[in-house]
Amino acid sequence: MSKNPFPLDKQGLLEAYRTMRTIREFEERLHNEFAKGDIPGFVHLYAGEEASGTGIMMHLNDRDRIASTHRGHGHCIAKGVDVKGMMGEIYGKAMGSCRGKGGSMHIADLSKGMMGANGILGAGAPLACGAALAAKFRGDGGVGISFVGDGASNQGMFLESLNLAAVWNLPAIFVVENNGYAESTSRDYAVAVDSYVDRAAGFGLPGVTVDGTDFFAVYEAAGEIIKRAREGGGPALLECKMIRFFGHFEGDQQTYRGKGEVEHIRAQRDCIKLFSDKVVEAGVIKRPELEAIDKEVLKLIDEAVATAKAAPMPAPAELLTDVYVAY
Amino acid sequence: MARKISMRQAINEALDQEMTRDPTVIVMGEDIVGGMGGEGEKDAWGGALGVTKGLYAKHGDRLMDTPLSESAYIGAAVGAAACGMRPVAELMFIDFMGVCFDEIFNQAAKFRYMFGGKAQTPVVIRTMVGGGFRAAAQHSQMLTPLFTHIPGLKVVCPSNAYDAKGLLIQSIRDNDPVIFCEHKNLYGIESDVPQESYAIPFGEANVVREGKHVTIVTYGMMVHRAMDAAAQLAKDKVECEVIDLRTLSPIDWDTVLDSVENTGRLVCVDEAHPRCSIASDVSAKVSQEAFKSLKSAIQMVTAPHTPVPFSSALEDIYLPSAEKIAAAARKTMAN
Amino acid sequence: MSDKRIIPIVMPKWGLSMAEGKLASWLMKDGDKVKVGDQILEVETDKIAGAVEASEAGTLRRRIGQEDTIYPIKTLIGVLADDDVPDADIEAFVGAYVVPAAEEGEEEAGPRYEFIDTGTGRLRYTKRGSSDNAVILIHGFGGDLDNWLFNADALAEGATVYTLDLPGHGQSTKTVADPTVGGLAKAVTGFMDAVKVDKAHLVGHSLGGAVAMEIARTAKGRVKSLTLICSAGLGPDINMGYIDGFIGASSRRDLKPALENLFADSSLVSRQMVDDLLKYKRLDGVGDALTALKNGVFPNGKQAAVLADALKSSGVPTLVIWGAEDKIVPAAHAKAAAGAKVEIIDGAGHMVQMEQAGKVNGLIKALAGG
Repeated sequence: MSKNPFPLDKQGLLEAYRTMRTIREFEERLHNEFAKGDIPGFVHLYAGEEASGTGIMMHLNDRDRIASTHRGHGHCIAKGVDVKGMMGEIYGKAMGSCRGKGGSMHIADLSKGMMGANGILGAGAPLACGAALAAKFRGDGGVGISFVGDGASNQGMFLESLNLAAVWNLPAIFVVENNGYAESTSRDYAVAVDSYVDRAAGFGLPGVTVDGTDFFAVYEAAGEIIKRAREGGGPALLECKMIRFFGHFEGDQQTYRGKGEVEHIRAQRDCIKLFSDKVVEAGVIKRPELEAIDKEVLKLIDEAVATAKAAPMPAPAELLTDVYVAY
Repeated sequence: MARKISMRQAINEALDQEMTRDPTVIVMGEDIVGGMGGEGEKDAWGGALGVTKGLYAKHGDRLMDTPLSESAYIGAAVGAAACGMRPVAELMFIDFMGVCFDEIFNQAAKFRYMFGGKAQTPVVIRTMVGGGFRAAAQHSQMLTPLFTHIPGLKVVCPSNAYDAKGLLIQSIRDNDPVIFCEHKNLYGIESDVPQESYAIPFGEANVVREGKHVTIVTYGMMVHRAMDAAAQLAKDKVECEVIDLRTLSPIDWDTVLDSVENTGRLVCVDEAHPRCSIASDVSAKVSQEAFKSLKSAIQMVTAPHTPVPFSSALEDIYLPSAEKIAAAARKTMAN
Repeated sequence: MSDKRIIPIVMPKWGLSMAEGKLASWLMKDGDKVKVGDQILEVETDKIAGAVEASEAGTLRRRIGQEDTIYPIKTLIGVLADDDVPDADIEAFVGAYVVPAAEEGEEEAGPRYEFIDTGTGRLRYTKRGSSDNAVILIHGFGGDLDNWLFNADALAEGATVYTLDLPGHGQSTKTVADPTVGGLAKAVTGFMDAVKVDKAHLVGHSLGGAVAMEIARTAKGRVKSLTLICSAGLGPDINMGYIDGFIGASSRRDLKPALENLFADSSLVSRQMVDDLLKYKRLDGVGDALTALKNGVFPNGKQAAVLADALKSSGVPTLVIWGAEDKIVPAAHAKAAAGAKVEIIDGAGHMVQMEQAGKVNGLIKALAGG
């Protein structure tokens, strides 16, 4: 066994790999199932972006809260939300995480610190400020993390939140997952500043940009920012430059993308492949160990899909529960 | 023990007592302390109309002035509520709802349902409503119907100091998001208010006057106008039953329907615009559920379908008056 | 004004907050002969409706007040006089009548709510009169000192009358350390210590009756006499439907039907009475206090403390009064009070001291003076 050059021990590395593989398998399976017409509604996939969510969430515990985006499956899995419950939710079943009332864009598990995927772009940023505020009042060292894409980074809610977090010195972290596209509109068209570090500076908080396909770069930058926030050092912005394997939503023909762009990034910038190669080349983990995890993940997702498909729909009476109804 | 205090003092007392009782209660808003970061006095304002004055001295940093960023701080209140706090956020005027509505109607209102009943959002949004203050079109609206339309929100609009204290305490203890509407013209109105803490349950209308001829259903400042109208009508031996809804979501249909079944006549009074209002809502419900009890057509007295005008000459005729309410009641008696 | 032959009938002041009342109806007409205690007219206040009874005999010579009309307290609404007083004198009396102005400092001198710290916490009470003869009025479950609205003033004519809110009730402490009859008895003796009353006539209504009996059992030397009105403590039965309904009701719609059980004439339950009780029930701690008392005093749906035997052996002079139509504690329990004088009053329910105040006051005065 060679010396481990990584910031995580072997068990931690295997855990990171398992999380990323689970997200990938989950999303690719959804892509296929969606194509068959079995999945209702809008589905936005996180495939290709796994290193970001995983590298950040490895630092968190259940008392840390995250406010996610419409592209939230990866954040949910990395934050520890039950995969079968998630799959059930996406199929709209009673056994789903939200008992079939939320769907793909609203999967949440407050007990895991997952405050919900969110169909409103930028709306999670104030919520994460609130989570950070609650942590500050409790004095439990917890943090609130807001994820936005490069698109939602232009929302007033997000920009107001940067200022609020700085003014109140909240343990809040704003992660911009910059995958280059807001739906079909490129980041370069819609964001005037070149660097999110500059945008953060304009609001009086430190910013860091990392290669979001490099798990270790994300992990180390996030670790530093989160530690600082836990210790009362205040908010920060983390930009993860990354790539989207699939379209904005399932069914997106992606005609706006360059010729060969997707093939190229899949071959050259697949964060899981990059991670695997590194840990195997360093001799810390043997490929068969990763392949064993692949099999377990495949089995888990197979079961999740089978369970979700077979599960009953919510009873009609569920329409009127979980809300005050008067009319 | 009870003593006479104003609605402003009653709201202040409710916040004070709940902050003392429950350490998770925090209060935030623009200038709710006032003077933060300046060289002069802290607690300089206690809110735009002084409602939170004095609380900073008792509860310190649990009262937070905010930047002028309604989306951020209302959203932060919602987020903190989902994480175990009980924030009371002040949105200075309900007219400002436009710059933070998403955090209220897409976030706070939906969490519990959308997350399958596994989340609760005990946030209170205190906000000033209503006209008669010469505050013009963007600081005078009665936008309660916008909120009653949204499932998941509870909407409260007290008409007096006693109700304001008990309903605000209930709002803070309630596990759903509450839009707590304070009529700025009622802040100075005094009534008997117990010193002790008490909660008035939601969905319980108050019959402020009993009568057998006409039912008048209303809320907020219009309760006072309706009572004036009832006093005028009593001279002509027309006995009005005046119902103060107190909470608009949930709404106490039973009390309204019982009353109309007794009187057979209904006047709905609303300071909001006529279309899709509380008045039209009550009218529709009574038509559906108590049609056979009605002896004459339901009448509505509302603001017109115009923005709130500035000039006193116009605003005075914009707001429903006791005379208009009395005339509407007489109209129901004519048939 | 000083015509002694002519007796004014004025709008009464019932309770400390009453400023005006509605003359609901005349029960007699001009020329009717009136005996002391006869009901002359009915008055409704925002709190309660009640009858005005004649304090002196005479003929109802003039009905001045109009039915269905509101008058301030002390307004002249009628005149009693003997038949031989000429009409012109009546006319002159009415014409010259001036509503007595509130005397300087009357508010301070008259009865008002006071608070006192006792071993069981802070208690609210009122004190009327200034005689050595003390009478203490003890309300029942869920009641308060205003249950004696029609009694305290009348009894104070010849006694010092105290009314108090028991722990958990009215505006007294909402902490009920010992939610049993014994615990409440200790609260009352603690109150007597605090107001420096060594010995008193105890008048208890409902649960307050059981409390008074318990004091007679455990501190006999402090009790001059007992008046037990629709009293608990004489038998096992209690209308638990009422108790649970009272505790459970959070709205007017739920509370009103429960309260109607208290009266023979259910129309006496006014909007304001319901409102006042709702205001009390909403106070923090009241729900817990009432539930604790229910469990302590009426466990398993029966009265825990049946004190009839102890009452007999105490030898304390005892008067038992019951509304014949009591729906809360059955009037049949009166039989258990061996040796006591028993009066069953027709046309009255559990709140007999309100519904037939004149008769009840007369009976108490005969026993306790005043």
